[in-house]
Amino acid sequence: MQQVFTKAMARNIFLGGAGFFLIIYLLLAYDSFQQIPIRDHAVNLTPSVLRGKYLFDTNDCIGCHTVNGEGAYYAPELGNVYKRRGPEFIKAWIHAQPSGAPGRRQMPNFHFNADQLNDITAYLQWLSNIDTNKWPPNIEG
Amino acid sequence: MNYQSQRVAKPYFIAALGLFVGQIVFGLIAGLQYLNGTFLFPALPFDVVHMSHTNLLIVWLLMAFMGAAYFIVPEEAQTELYSPKLALITFWVFLAAGAVTILSYLFVPYTQLAAMTGNAVLPTMGRGYLEQPLPIKVGIVLVALSLLFNVTMTLIKGRKTSINIILVGSLWGLALLFLPAFYFPQDTVKASFGWWWVVHGWVEGDWELILGALLGFILIKMTGVDREIIEKWIYIIIAMTLISGLVGIGHHYYYTGAPAYWIWLGSIFSALEPIPFMLLIAFSFKTLLQRRREHPNKAAMLWAMGTPIMAFLGAGLWGFMITLAPVQYYIHGTQFTAAHGHLAFFGAYAMIALAIISYAMPLLRGRTANSMVAQRWEMTGFWFMTLSMIGITLALTGAGIVTLFLQRAAEDPMGFMQVQDKARVFFWIREFFGVSFFTGLLIYLRSFFFAGEYEYANEMKQALSK
Repeated sequence: MQQVFTKAMARNIFLGGAGFFLIIYLLLAYDSFQQIPIRDHAVNLTPSVLRGKYLFDTNDCIGCHTVNGEGAYYAPELGNVYKRRGPEFIKAWIHAQPSGAPGRRQMPNFHFNADQLNDITAYLQWLSNIDTNKWPPNIEG
Repeated sequence: MNYQSQRVAKPYFIAALGLFVGQIVFGLIAGLQYLNGTFLFPALPFDVVHMSHTNLLIVWLLMAFMGAAYFIVPEEAQTELYSPKLALITFWVFLAAGAVTILSYLFVPYTQLAAMTGNAVLPTMGRGYLEQPLPIKVGIVLVALSLLFNVTMTLIKGRKTSINIILVGSLWGLALLFLPAFYFPQDTVKASFGWWWVVHGWVEGDWELILGALLGFILIKMTGVDREIIEKWIYIIIAMTLISGLVGIGHHYYYTGAPAYWIWLGSIFSALEPIPFMLLIAFSFKTLLQRRREHPNKAAMLWAMGTPIMAFLGAGLWGFMITLAPVQYYIHGTQFTAAHGHLAFFGAYAMIALAIISYAMPLLRGRTANSMVAQRWEMTGFWFMTLSMIGITLALTGAGIVTLFLQRAAEDPMGFMQVQDKARVFFWIREFFGVSFFTGLLIYLRSFFFAGEYEYANEMKQALSK
């Protein structure tokens, strides 16, 4: 058996298998990139949404929160927070942090002005309209 | 150790262990912040502790992989390293970059760090594992290029074994797969899709090739089993890794905005991802049973045999648990993922790093193996760390189950913070095992501070007198 199945054959299975499935993946990824802008309504990526996204990234929001389940698990899901809480609550909440309640997980105050709060909320609204195959299971995220 | 230039691996291994200590300290702080949210706030917000914990993990593993490459490539190629001097300069550059990164996280607010480092010109910051400022990311690429140049030139001028080709090839893969870190499109769904090229590409693809090459090397050296047989096994194992793992990336695309066909493709292919880990266990134990000699470094053998088992549990079993789309629908983005992440990173990558360090460090210090006293400390450290990590994993899984039943699959779902309160007992258990893991790490490190080497005559006399 060991003489029949040689190292060269094993190597060829590796190279052939890797090459074949890499090509399959690249084709699928190409197709996904055609569909994503439709599924996430990329036409709605207004300057305000993009400013909000930049603030979101440079304040490392996913260092505690998740967006569509990705990030850290210290704080609530934000992909659907716009639908869960609504714009006014979100702005008031961010503005009021940190709560200072003893022992409770704390969110820093990021010193956003009114325009910046509007931009962040616009980004969260855009996130909430992505077609995520009906995830999360309920509004609590 | 057969070649003088292999010595350059030593500082890499020592630095790796130092950074490992740092990683665990931040892990303990993060765990405490789960229990007491005001602990160290606002000096160290959770996200800073979290990114320090994960970035130190990556840096110490890379440090160990690089040390392993500088140790293994000359030995396999049967020639001196192309440029030991370049390898040493690269070491200091990489260590300095790592230190600057962590210090900047700790002392500069993240927004300010982004503003200072040109993030507005080419945004790359604010993604998990890839939080580093732009100049650091460029530095990582330069360090990788220097490593690749050095080991590739060594490979070219020397013997071309399969182990060496796989190792050097997968280091090229590691560097190439880092490049999507510079691709951060404004469309968040596309950004997430591409982020997985780095993260999944590393830990569920390329790094498994590195793991295979390192384990193959260790077993060739320690068991004396025919290289041809071992290399054939490794090719089959890494073939299964990529056959299952390339399309298996789809398990990250179910609920993040990507097309729905990934639900089927990801489930089918990622269900195959445990196979290479099962093969890894079969391969290691078969090789162990067929060994032609008893290597005196028992501790290294323990790490080498522990790795495939723990990798299977963490990456294979815990990975499988969360990979099928209907299951993931309820546990995506919960502590289930953290449980899997901890056991998989430790079982597959931390343990293979500690295995190669365990094999190589005595040789680098001029011994075949450490004295039995030192080895006993090391093996005690092994059991402490391994069992503690299983404890951490079970605790996080418990916390995940609480979320599953009270929040995700509940008739009347509770809010996130309420559910976190209900999972408190599991966060206590996690912290307890975190402390015992740290204890294990200290016991392990103690093993480096015993003089003397393994002596057959002595050990024989002791064994007979019992």
